[in-house]
Amino acid sequence: MIRVEGLTKEYGRFCALNDVSFSVERGEIVGFLGPNGAGKTTTMRILTGYMPPSEGTAVVGGFDVVEDSLEVRRRVGYLPESVPLYREMRVREYLDFCGAVRGVEDRQGAVARVIDACNLGDVRDRIIGRLSKGYRQRVGLAQALVHSPELLVLDEPTIGLDPRQIRGVRELIRDLAGEHTVLLSTHILPEVTDLCQRVLIIDKGRIVAEDTPDRLQAGLQGAQRVRVQLARPDKGAEEALRGLLGVADVETLAADRLVVTLDGETDGRAAVAETLVRGGWGLLELQSVSVSLEDVFVQLTTDETPAGEVAAEEAVA
Amino acid sequence: MNRRSGSAVLQICKRELNAYFVSPIAYVSAAVLLAVFGAMFALLLYFSREATLRYVFDHGVALLFFVLVTQVITMRLLADESRQGTLELLLTAPVRDWEIVVGKYLASLALLALMLGLAGYFAVVLLLIGNPDVGPMLTGYLGYFLLGAALLAVGEFASSVTESQLVAALLGLGITLMLWLLGAAAEMVGGAVGEFLAYLPIFDHTWDMLRGVVDTKNVIYLLSVVAVFLFMTTRVLESKRWA
Repeated sequence: MIRVEGLTKEYGRFCALNDVSFSVERGEIVGFLGPNGAGKTTTMRILTGYMPPSEGTAVVGGFDVVEDSLEVRRRVGYLPESVPLYREMRVREYLDFCGAVRGVEDRQGAVARVIDACNLGDVRDRIIGRLSKGYRQRVGLAQALVHSPELLVLDEPTIGLDPRQIRGVRELIRDLAGEHTVLLSTHILPEVTDLCQRVLIIDKGRIVAEDTPDRLQAGLQGAQRVRVQLARPDKGAEEALRGLLGVADVETLAADRLVVTLDGETDGRAAVAETLVRGGWGLLELQSVSVSLEDVFVQLTTDETPAGEVAAEEAVA
Repeated sequence: MNRRSGSAVLQICKRELNAYFVSPIAYVSAAVLLAVFGAMFALLLYFSREATLRYVFDHGVALLFFVLVTQVITMRLLADESRQGTLELLLTAPVRDWEIVVGKYLASLALLALMLGLAGYFAVVLLLIGNPDVGPMLTGYLGYFLLGAALLAVGEFASSVTESQLVAALLGLGITLMLWLLGAAAEMVGGAVGEFLAYLPIFDHTWDMLRGVVDTKNVIYLLSVVAVFLFMTTRVLESKRWA
């Protein structure tokens, strides 16, 4: 559905995208993850035919975004980060207009369909400027869907919504997944774990990782970590744990809280618990700490990252 | 393909016209234009006792006010799309840049035509109370329409380079007045450059029409102002894709 090769975008001297390549298959939901200013919006704007790249090619549904820009735009539904709404229009009018400029044949049917899909029935005759943010976001989504695009490009679709609205929009996106290919950008990590089959992590205009959310987490996990809380902590606890077979490291989080890193070859949790109980430190809690996607993200996109790791990820990408 | 372009232009024009009528802009500009022109018409009719629209139409105040109204009509066309972020919607729709520019322009032109149509009652009044010369009245309206067409194109261009409607209106006014002043400087410069400068003021090409003479040269001039400014507007829109 999307094939991007060597995409580069320069604004004057600033390089927003640097030799980005990736592809997305039909029907996939792909998350585009990265800190602000990493190049997510720029990439999306190129894919939607809004702006041409400085170098490289992007092909959407078989059409080049520069050569056949209009054909690409016909096949793409786009929800920009700031939802492009005409505040003075009524919801139905607005969706009708969006269908009209995209050459939708049966506009009445199309508008009714997206009003239904996005749960806008209650507000179809309301003026957009008076709607709540959650509704506006859904109107924005309806707009992107009205011409039944093959590819849906969503730039931060849940930004600024309350948790209930976020859940609603996510459910909607999940429902759409079957018929449409979805590329969505976000910097909310659970969203990616929740929705996407594949993640592209982008930083400073480069793709630094590309994999399934699970594998990205697993790849960096390596060792298992457990957090323990003690009723009667003292120095001896840490030393005793360090002496155990299979314990790689012990960190002190607070006086009564320790994080034990196990080397992962054998499950050392039982040994940890036994040691702490026998030693009389009063084990209150023992909990596995998994490496979250958040940690992965921070590791991949901060400067402290060991150089070797980034290089390895880049080789994968 | 032609049919599709036609429909994109039409859809954009339709939306724009609707937008005019849900905001106060259309009503206020029409009301103020009719009030000012109406007052001048009444006064000039009372003092001159002549059944003619000429005194209103080529009055400096009327013209200046007309320029102002055209700039108010066009100031939001593209500036507001930039500000509201809806330009991104249009620029990612399967629509060519010129179709956006022309669609919006036609909406402003339709509004202007409507206003001039309403101002047609001056002519009706004269026909009822006197025996005016119909030819010059018609060319006067035509002159205003073509002058307006040129000024709206200037206004849309001004609206394309900024996000602020106020800046757009001032800029459009500035461009119009600068063209006029450059024309006034023509004599000072002389030569070929002077001849070119003398050609620039938009008003100078409407005087004859306001007085009853339609010269093709002037009509072509005004239409080419429309073409040049719509072309430049399209280029500005294109350039927004690069930044």
